[in-house]
Amino acid sequence: MTEAKNKPEAPAAVIWPVAPGPHIGRARSTRAVMIDVVIALIPAMAVGIYVFGWRAAMLIGVSVASCVFFEALWQQLRGRRQTIMDFSAVVTGIILALSIPWTLPWYGAVVGAGMAILITKMCFGGLGSNVFNPAMGGRAFLQACFAAPMTTYVLKQGGIETLPAHAARVVDAATGATPLAVKATSALDLLLGTVNGSIGETSAIACVLGGLYLIVRRAASWRIPLAMLISAAAVGELNCLLRPQTALPIQNQLLSGALLFGAAFIVTDPATSPLSRRGRWIYGAGVGALVMLIRLFAAVPEGVMYAVLVMNITVPLIDRYTVPRPVGGPTPSPKPT
Amino acid sequence: MSTATIPGKGKFARGIHPDDRKSLSAGAAIEVLATPESVLIPLLQHIGSPCASAVKPRQEVHVGDVLGTPGGFVSAAVHASVDGQTAMETVTTLPNGRHVPAIPVTAASEQSLAGPALWDDVFGGDWPTRGLDRHEPGAIVDAVRAAGLVGLGGAAFPTHVKLTRNEKRPVDTLLVNGCECEPYLTADYRLMLEAPAPIVTGALLAARAAGAERIIVVIEDNKPDAVASMRAAAEGAGVEVASVHTRYPMGGERSLIVAAMAREVPTGGLPLDVGVVVVNVGTAAAIAAAVLRGRPLTHRIISVTGDGIAQPKNLLAPIGAGYGDLIAACGGLKETAGRVIAGGPMMGFALAELDVPVTKGTSGVVVLTKEQARSSEETACIRCGRCVDVCPLGLVPTKIALACRHGDWETARRYYLTACIECGCCAYICPAKIPLVQLMRMGKAMMPKK
Repeated sequence: MTEAKNKPEAPAAVIWPVAPGPHIGRARSTRAVMIDVVIALIPAMAVGIYVFGWRAAMLIGVSVASCVFFEALWQQLRGRRQTIMDFSAVVTGIILALSIPWTLPWYGAVVGAGMAILITKMCFGGLGSNVFNPAMGGRAFLQACFAAPMTTYVLKQGGIETLPAHAARVVDAATGATPLAVKATSALDLLLGTVNGSIGETSAIACVLGGLYLIVRRAASWRIPLAMLISAAAVGELNCLLRPQTALPIQNQLLSGALLFGAAFIVTDPATSPLSRRGRWIYGAGVGALVMLIRLFAAVPEGVMYAVLVMNITVPLIDRYTVPRPVGGPTPSPKPT
Repeated sequence: MSTATIPGKGKFARGIHPDDRKSLSAGAAIEVLATPESVLIPLLQHIGSPCASAVKPRQEVHVGDVLGTPGGFVSAAVHASVDGQTAMETVTTLPNGRHVPAIPVTAASEQSLAGPALWDDVFGGDWPTRGLDRHEPGAIVDAVRAAGLVGLGGAAFPTHVKLTRNEKRPVDTLLVNGCECEPYLTADYRLMLEAPAPIVTGALLAARAAGAERIIVVIEDNKPDAVASMRAAAEGAGVEVASVHTRYPMGGERSLIVAAMAREVPTGGLPLDVGVVVVNVGTAAAIAAAVLRGRPLTHRIISVTGDGIAQPKNLLAPIGAGYGDLIAACGGLKETAGRVIAGGPMMGFALAELDVPVTKGTSGVVVLTKEQARSSEETACIRCGRCVDVCPLGLVPTKIALACRHGDWETARRYYLTACIECGCCAYICPAKIPLVQLMRMGKAMMPKK
């Protein structure tokens, strides 16, 4: 079988380009996944801008621009090819912006973005290698360094459009914990977002819509948010039973603060959550329980942020001890270990 | 989907559902390939030890003459697939990259078996379904061994080893695999439509050899006419025909046995460990020819298809014909052809050049266009978990593959690297286009043996 015999209609010495299989694929890229997350965040961004005005939009813009800039800067300084086109910096920027109060100075957003991207993400190895959720890492730094502006939630009067009258019931300016302590808040307000809080966390409906979109588009696991909400509700209920004087109605607990925002966008970050199904249940449950415990017993605001950061630490451990059983059982080991 | 008679649910967890693209060649009746000018018979076409050459150069051979004798128990003889004259032994590269010795045979101008006569000899005529008990199991295994039969589904495992009885591991069921789960391929499908009788006879003989009481032909439900054809042929023969969910890799024996029998083959073990033997429909037909007609494995059906080939066909080709011969018989490649694959698009190997021979394990040639062929610009793993969601074995492919890349064998073992069947579901779905299968394949080869 030598050259130039029975050749197909290609020139004699053609060498075909080869690649390892599989040779067909489902062509979705990482960028497509990130764009899905951005789309899912649109309702939360829209409500945030509606309630808090142009300044919120400015903060979102500054945060996103800073995140992209810092990632590009890092890759440039390290002599690596640019990764900003995978849109993960954009996602981090949006989530960071939605988790801060609308009154934060613009340079706060820049500093937060820098900490989020440079330290929490790039120092740990870039996309997929980070241990901590970058947006939460940035926010934790802001909480420590800009303590007062980060914990002052000013109700925006007027805004882009006139707010409904009952929104005025919410506390005007409360330094300290987010206005979770106000029991008079109606569930409707919490659902719609006409309450106080950080830019993105106030509307339950917007967060739920975003979360559902992510789940449907397979950009997020449904197990983690579900586990988180069930676990948070369980701890809340337990608290109602044991300490009725301190308890909020359960729907207020679930619908207010950053719980739903965290459930939809923060715990679902794939890079910082476990890979196995069992691991995801454990992780979600851990975050939910920690959020409630922090809310009930600690005087710190933003329990979701701390809960997520703590559970992020446990993810490698969770992964190690929840290796799924393969079909056919574990490999028999040749000698006892 | 009828699963009333089989123990399993007809499906397995996870897996993927690619577009099957079988319409390209499903309607093409099997065509006998015109005898090529020469064939090149590799001495290793199977799992196991290579053959030793049994001929000298410039020797006259006829179709069915032994060219290489088996190199041990787990080995299979190779035979001449054309009448002609041998040449000096040479070396060829198989699609998986191995260099193996091979014997060229230049075809004589007059062939004893060609065209319709060849078809009749391989698949035509009568195939009895009764009175097969007079063949002793040992005699069946010997005939299969002499014929050099290996699994025609692609794995090329020597069939006589599979059918040899083992007192410690009795067999109760024979599954005849008509799933053909790879996209594009229609070789088994056309065989089931055009020559179902030898499949049934072969299945009965295989069950007699292995000691199986129950015989089930399993076919994916995207081939309802093949199911009907097999049911008609199996009427009254004691062979069941079951239709199962269409899902890749249903044709992989581990998933198949879960779906059909609701049994799990132990990791590192064989179907024999759960009392099952799985045989491809093409292999079953070859078993019938080997036992009843003394016919060695010299020809097989190959599906030459894809969007990059002018006329997709299913060819009955001699072992050792060149890929170039097959492609020429199908009108050649289109301008848009971008990748030529030996096998199916999920588990097949891309060919660098077409001057290589088809072997017993070649079930198809798929030509993809440049746009269809998967490009490999890899990005970072974001731990999205899609690979975990599709792995039919329930593994965590990203963990294993990245551990292999970095030589972290402890982690690779911890996540059961050796359980991987290299089906490709994980790499198919990965948004970051990480070459997961390739990494695991390399890892298996490089992992230090404990």
